[in-house]
Amino acid sequence: MTGTVSVSRRSFLVASVAGGAVLTLDASVVLSAVSSTAPADVLNAFVRINADNTVTIGAKNPEIGQGVKVMLPMLIAEEMDLAWEQVRIEQTDADEKRYGPQVAGGSTATPRNWLPMRQVGAAAREMLVMAAAKTWGVDAATLSTANGAVLQASSGKSATYASLAKVAATQTPPDLAKVTLKEPAAFKIIGTSKPGVDVPKIVKGEPLFGIDTRVAGMAHGAVVKCPAHGGTVASFDDAAVKAIPGVMGVVAVNSGFVPEGKNDTLVIVADSWWKASKAREKLAVKWDDAAVTGFSTAKYEADAAKIVAGTPQTSVFKAGDPDAALANAAKVITADYEYPFLAHASLEPQNCTGLFKDGKLELWAPSQSPANGRNETAKFCGLTPDDLTIHLTRIGGGFGRRLLNDYMVIAGQVAKAMPGKPVKVLFDRTDDFRNDFYRPAGWHRLTAGLGADGGLVAFKDHFATFGTDGKPIRAAQMAPGEYPAPVVPNVDLGVTYMATNLATGWLRAPSSNAMAFVFQSFLDEVAEAAGLDLPELMRRTLGEARELPGERAKFNTGRARGVIDAVCKSAGWKGREKGRGFGFYFSHLGYFAEVVDISMAGGAVKVDKVWVAGDIGAHIINPLNALNQAHGCVIEGLGQAMIGQKIVQEAGAITAENFGDFALMRIDAAPREIAVEFVKTDFPPTGLGEPALPPVIPALANAIYSLTGKRHRRLPLEMV
Amino acid sequence: MSVSFTVNGRKRTVEAEADKPLLWVLREDLDMPGTKFGCGAGLCGACTVHLDGEAVRSCQTPIADAAGKQVTTIEGIATNDLGKRVVEAWTALDVPQCGYCQAGQIMSATALLKQNPKPTPDDIDGWMSGNICRCATYLRIRAAIRKAAGLPAEMADASALPSSALPSPATNAEQLA
Repeated sequence: MTGTVSVSRRSFLVASVAGGAVLTLDASVVLSAVSSTAPADVLNAFVRINADNTVTIGAKNPEIGQGVKVMLPMLIAEEMDLAWEQVRIEQTDADEKRYGPQVAGGSTATPRNWLPMRQVGAAAREMLVMAAAKTWGVDAATLSTANGAVLQASSGKSATYASLAKVAATQTPPDLAKVTLKEPAAFKIIGTSKPGVDVPKIVKGEPLFGIDTRVAGMAHGAVVKCPAHGGTVASFDDAAVKAIPGVMGVVAVNSGFVPEGKNDTLVIVADSWWKASKAREKLAVKWDDAAVTGFSTAKYEADAAKIVAGTPQTSVFKAGDPDAALANAAKVITADYEYPFLAHASLEPQNCTGLFKDGKLELWAPSQSPANGRNETAKFCGLTPDDLTIHLTRIGGGFGRRLLNDYMVIAGQVAKAMPGKPVKVLFDRTDDFRNDFYRPAGWHRLTAGLGADGGLVAFKDHFATFGTDGKPIRAAQMAPGEYPAPVVPNVDLGVTYMATNLATGWLRAPSSNAMAFVFQSFLDEVAEAAGLDLPELMRRTLGEARELPGERAKFNTGRARGVIDAVCKSAGWKGREKGRGFGFYFSHLGYFAEVVDISMAGGAVKVDKVWVAGDIGAHIINPLNALNQAHGCVIEGLGQAMIGQKIVQEAGAITAENFGDFALMRIDAAPREIAVEFVKTDFPPTGLGEPALPPVIPALANAIYSLTGKRHRRLPLEMV
Repeated sequence: MSVSFTVNGRKRTVEAEADKPLLWVLREDLDMPGTKFGCGAGLCGACTVHLDGEAVRSCQTPIADAAGKQVTTIEGIATNDLGKRVVEAWTALDVPQCGYCQAGQIMSATALLKQNPKPTPDDIDGWMSGNICRCATYLRIRAAIRKAAGLPAEMADASALPSSALPSPATNAEQLA
């Protein structure tokens, strides 16, 4: 790599020649992301034209299976006018000063990068055209590009990008904000299917993942943590462990989630992970956990039952006079809904490799948010963020777990304690289940009032969730725009916060994965009371196409209706039918409506087919990957509902040890068919890692109700 | 103890505790990280290898049990015709998402087709249910197994892939040094 890019509000592009006929472009651009109110995102890309006219494109974001390692380079390649066969893709290191935001979370990669990555590609193309114009002494306006070459139709002249790279590097870079982008009709790469760039390596078992990291002379660390969350080390005796041949030592560290000065993690370091793992049974530890052993699932459930019957502590949204409206309503519907804590259970257990040498820390980190990990690790290691080099590995599943960087903070401190010795710290499956950042449980008491004409006149929720000091803890909040709140005249979305010792976190489609179940199931009850089916209730309450205010994004009722109508058409929805259920949800800027078809097989519910209609804007950048993402969302959502997923806590500790206690979806429970349709609308494309997940859960619950007459109001659903 | 066995056709001898699982011998002692650690309890299938031609969970196979036997791993599966067909189907249908479980999936699928060359949809689901894919690539796993078996695509396979034809895979460059 060459050059450095300073961050400024002025868009610019720097080009230089590095080693022969190689053009290196570092581009940095400041743009607003999704809307003008979103914070400005700084972003740059890395493009290298190789001597053989292949073009190496840096993929900056962590790859967790969402396909971003192909998608972002597609945007650059499109505007550079490359043939896809010319493209080589490299994972960049973590370096936000150089590359801009590098986060795998919130389905943000597409909306954040759609314009900036294309502008980077277009700017590179313009410089190559300028180079050809200069070389040939012709007007740049007479030139065109295709397949990595500049052409002049009138003379028949052509030159490869590689042959122009040196001259291109001397051109004044264009203003990224003013480069000409292709009209969508001219797209040759965007909208075409591109397979995963690492697939040829995956099927050969080549090392790609964090757990595969191998550094010469590497040691291995296994962790010992307090069973009760938040417990810290009072004392430990490692004499028996140290006596084991091959064990190098025991390091006490802070994972970053207990107060500074305390330690909550002991890492046994040995010449083999298997050895370190086995040595754990010989480590005698006294834990300081008196403050956290009083928390349990049973206590939360008992407390929540009392809470939802009482007055909320606070409200996230209020409108009109819901109590008066309910008193005058023709019909009042009320029901309690609940869902449990969930683990992420990514298949690659948490791990990170570190090497501390000469005051600098080098990390190989499967992190979804490496910039946060850098700052936290630096803090707990007593280093500055610039002392850290972070290599991004492929990630064996994220789902939000690796947005929190405890494994990096731990590995950094262990490495620092053993200067010159590379150390890989690896959780086993039980460590992984018991030291997660859980999707928080929640309890809701919902009340709706229908007017004499069947219209929805009042809506109330009392949500028992987790928080401190009157504020929700991570991922435990409810949005004020939770549908149908914005379209009902009298509303109170009330909340009461409970305490927990558990660390919570974002699980794929956070908040939405729970709220969709609660609100769309309850609305199915409301629809029935109004003599309607849920799609029809949605249409009537959505009304004409308009934008409703939202916390992070406006909700377009027309786009919502578009996907509702599309899925009803494709599934042949004919109103309430036995064995069919419907759900809609808007999350992460994506509108999704889904229909689930079920049947009874051997006394159990079987999901036969799922119909998905989604609106994520004007373009599906990579249809091949888009389908995989939609399938993954649907099946994961079904898993949260139908196979008993629930994290249970006793005496402050998680009881689950392995997949026998917390099941994941297996192939025999997955539907045979998932029909996905994208409704294209004239909006910039948005992300697909999450929004297809939430509606499948209420669609399943509503289908079970239609088949059996039993209304399931608790996740996981008790499957008959 | 000293244990000798054959891995992907090559004779290997390792010094290891008798109870050390084959998984960790492969990953740590033989520097073959293609076989993955998922659960350590035989519940997820990520560590599936073939031992004398049978699919086993290498996390549950003490190295002593591998003595004198033939081990095939993901690194070597494509050297036989059936394994090659499975790997090619996996690539052609772009099965992986994160890819972490796929070595185990491919090893299980190859073992299935070896003893049941024309599996029914129920056969596939029954056999493959020991392998978890957390990303849930199950529709494409089914379609890839049918493709490798030379079976006609099920109606349901149409929903596993976009209608547009698949291009050839892009070539990845080495990770930045």
